[in-house]
Amino acid sequence: MAADVTAKNLPLAKAINESLRRALEEDPKVLVMGEDVGKLGGVFRVTDGLQKDFGEDRVIDTPLAESGIVGTAIGLALRGYRPVVEIQFDGFVFPAYDQIVTQLAKMHARSLGKVKLPVVVRIPYGGGIGAVEHHSESPESLFAHVSGLKVVSPSNASDAYWMMQQAIQSDDPVIYFEPKRRYWDKGEVSTEAIPGPLHKARVVREGTDLTLAAYGPMVKLCQEVADAAAEEGRSLEVLDLRSISPLDFDTVQASVEKTRRLVVVHEAPVFFGSGAEIAARITERCFYHLEAPVLRVGGYHAPYPPARLEEEYLPGLDRVLDAVDRALAY
Amino acid sequence: MTVESTAARQPRRSAGSKAGTTGTKAAGTTGTKRTTARTTARTAAAEPELVQLLTPEGERVKNAEYDRYVDGITPEELRGLYRDMVLTRRFDAEATALQRQGELGLWASLLGQEAAQIGSGRATREDDYVFPTYREHGVAWCRGVDPTNLLGMFRGVNNGGWDPNENNFHLYTIVIGSQALHATGYAMGITKDGADSAVIAYFGDGASSQGDVSEAFNFAAVYNAPVVFFCQNNQWAISESNEKQTRVPLYQRAQGFGFPGVRVDGNDVLASLAVTRWALERARRGEGPALIEAWTYRMGAHTTSDDPTRYRHDDERVAWEAKDPILRLRRYLESAHHTDEGFFAELETESEALGRRVREAVRAMQDPDHFAIFENVYADGHALVDEERAQFAAYQASFADVEGV
Repeated sequence: MAADVTAKNLPLAKAINESLRRALEEDPKVLVMGEDVGKLGGVFRVTDGLQKDFGEDRVIDTPLAESGIVGTAIGLALRGYRPVVEIQFDGFVFPAYDQIVTQLAKMHARSLGKVKLPVVVRIPYGGGIGAVEHHSESPESLFAHVSGLKVVSPSNASDAYWMMQQAIQSDDPVIYFEPKRRYWDKGEVSTEAIPGPLHKARVVREGTDLTLAAYGPMVKLCQEVADAAAEEGRSLEVLDLRSISPLDFDTVQASVEKTRRLVVVHEAPVFFGSGAEIAARITERCFYHLEAPVLRVGGYHAPYPPARLEEEYLPGLDRVLDAVDRALAY
Repeated sequence: MTVESTAARQPRRSAGSKAGTTGTKAAGTTGTKRTTARTTARTAAAEPELVQLLTPEGERVKNAEYDRYVDGITPEELRGLYRDMVLTRRFDAEATALQRQGELGLWASLLGQEAAQIGSGRATREDDYVFPTYREHGVAWCRGVDPTNLLGMFRGVNNGGWDPNENNFHLYTIVIGSQALHATGYAMGITKDGADSAVIAYFGDGASSQGDVSEAFNFAAVYNAPVVFFCQNNQWAISESNEKQTRVPLYQRAQGFGFPGVRVDGNDVLASLAVTRWALERARRGEGPALIEAWTYRMGAHTTSDDPTRYRHDDERVAWEAKDPILRLRRYLESAHHTDEGFFAELETESEALGRRVREAVRAMQDPDHFAIFENVYADGHALVDEERAQFAAYQASFADVEGV
């Protein structure tokens, strides 16, 4: 196969940057808003250089007020704009939660479909970077639980680029969770070849003995787990779910019908987490195929711990392998 | 009422008795005739009007309204304020160095804000209650919180690290502005108890944009709560300057809520002390909330993760260096013959000893036990936490078996 001449090797953060740049270039209605997104280029530099090239009217440093950011993005969307707003860290989204849940999520239904709110809310999320409180959380279930919102999380640079394109093009509000600990991981990004629909899961590694399902930062870990398991002669299939709401249960079902065992991995607490929904649905769909209960590996029912304890709190290679062993022991 | 636009504002420095003050007439009074437009004289000069008792050159200037709050101050107390600022700066520098050495994950420096913090912190009484942001290392010092306790959360060994009730100094709050409401509620409780203590809530210019802060202003006014809102306007909310947060001077916001607002020179420890004493005393007398805007400058980065060269010019920082809070008090102390060389030499020794103590304490800080994850999640316990703790223990033990073979 000929090499894709448009392919670039980019860190995940830079892939999002290039995607935002393209959206700003192609659609004059696209706006980028948030705290420090302008001159500073965001605390993670995801919006680096955009204000310089597109001006303060389109790349907007907002006052320090998350409810204000999302609330005004809703107003701009009502006026025909497509705002992409940044919440600086996962733990800071909650002042905006009211606007997201009571307004952003429900406006389309309340208006009987007359109003569309194509707002993208970017949230760097997850731990593993040794940060202080409120900088390492994974609140995706709190959004997936709300009808009217779509919730996605890319795991790699190519998806980060294309899923941002697709999220901006979507006429529904999209909560776009960015795996901050993978911001600096590089990957091939083609600016021509679309890797697939926004809400479709992907088999990233084929296997026969057990399925590992993950999204965002945990996909890389699951691939490492599959490597380690392979050394012990076990063949694990790895799914990158990519989208949490809607969730591509068909792809999970097809995989589980083959492997008969499923372990779901996420950083968020297991209790009422996305893994619980996946376990329930797959049990309903694949009851006669399953050789073991669907197991979940994730955070505990405890506040995200101080940085020196996060390795114990977060799913790691050993904890996922432990769950794999338990599932295979049935 | 109209407030002049930012474009029209031509700030000036003033030591006049009403300088930088709005609506001081009475608590909860919105009917004051004196508009902000009238109190802000429009003369071209470099500085905004603010309450100042010590000039950057260390000259004591008269102020009819606020002199009374510091008139009785003794040379020993002045030396105490100087010592507080020097030791706080030394502690802060040590913490910054410890972050660079990898001993701390992050540090939020207070460099440049020592006078605002020491002046206001020393105005509090033992039974008052303080609600800080995450940068109030100088206030913590005044409240008697051991500086090494502040470092735990920045090292990543805890998410707080001290008992708030031991020194009436609440835990640091990272989510911007939340604590303004907590302070107001605490103050409402003081009123219900019939006590005469007061509360002081710290926040920054960035936080002034948060809904929580406006809501706190309103609750405090409506319930006439004994709370002082102390806003350190250090000019920068990470990369965003004042004009991205507000189009009127922040202290003027108080008037719209129905309580007085004052802008004080936050690099003047004496003025910060005097204005905070004024605000706390009137709160204790039942006259309700006040807003103090301490005009200062964040000399360093937002935190050690930040790079201010990307968004601000160094000449701004250099200009503020000339207004250094420690230098101006030193000049005053020397010109008033309140000190001798021995004082400064002893302080230097004490300062180095503090740096050493902090360094050693941080290096000796042990990582918490793994089971700390499950501690104190609930006051009354929770079956799921118990179950997960047991699972975690079994999982940990499985490694011990392997390693023990």
